[in-house]
Amino acid sequence: MDLISAERLENMPSTEKIQLILDKVKNGKIVVLETGLTPEEEIRLIEKTMTEIRVDEFSGIEIESYPAKKRGSFIDKIMGKTDMVCRMTIVGPANQIRTTGKNRYEITTKVSIGDGD
Amino acid sequence: MSVIRYFRVNFTFWMKRIFRKKRARIGIYGPPNAGKTTLANRIVRDWSGEELGGASEIPHETRKAMRRDGITITGINGSSVELDIIDTPGMATKIDFKEFMAYGMEEVEATEGVIEAVKWLDNLDGVLLVMDATEDPYTQVNVTVVGNMEARKLPLLIVSNKIDLPNSSPRRIKSAFPQHPVVQISALRGANIDGLYEAIAKHFG
Repeated sequence: MDLISAERLENMPSTEKIQLILDKVKNGKIVVLETGLTPEEEIRLIEKTMTEIRVDEFSGIEIESYPAKKRGSFIDKIMGKTDMVCRMTIVGPANQIRTTGKNRYEITTKVSIGDGD
Repeated sequence: MSVIRYFRVNFTFWMKRIFRKKRARIGIYGPPNAGKTTLANRIVRDWSGEELGGASEIPHETRKAMRRDGITITGINGSSVELDIIDTPGMATKIDFKEFMAYGMEEVEATEGVIEAVKWLDNLDGVLLVMDATEDPYTQVNVTVVGNMEARKLPLLIVSNKIDLPNSSPRRIKSAFPQHPVVQISALRGANIDGLYEAIAKHFG
């Protein structure tokens, strides 16, 4: 399992960030991102994952995160200037990690060691 | 987000608010087998008398988005909106090949629908996010689609489908996404379909 700090990712272009995550996951790693991905990066990760799926090699990813939060003052919110703050995200091979429960406050996952199912 | 993208998103948002665009391109999104095609067919049939395409029980069977332009939906109070409806393939982060290939389909067919659905997100004015009311709504696919619509400041209407089934729990969907409107329907049986049309006219008009 790799825990990747916010500093490691903050200046990295989205495409590079997505490839880094996907490379690790394809090699069987479970990746925990301290500050996660933006919703747009998450959707691009899903898209990129689909291009790399192969029967008997890689069946996709399991990704879980909490929804991004809006950050900004009252005035910022009126002006539509709020930022989206990304939150901790876990990504792993679909055959090794499975979400068994999730709500707004807690994510429960089951991790299989080895080849999974 | 780059400065140019930031200003482009906000400019689009305010121009839509000012001019209240009456024609919108709406994507129907959701996980596989949530009832997207059944809903798309019902909308198109109710307002044009035609069919959009066949629904299927095979996961990821819909691999190409189906589109029907110029559907005018009128609410009870007379407000109307003209929609271009896009029925997108089911969104997923993984493929269950055992299940998929049991239907005699090729591996690449399973993934291209998801790619198609993702590409459409860049070309929409709003989304109908269809969720199966018998399933847990708090999935990553739903969270990601909702997050993308919020980041793009585009309107989103959540459709809690299959409320005719005994184990459905629409309240679970509302509590999972309290910040967005939720309309409870059965696309198959037509339950509360007028309520959905009212919400569409109000929300996207």
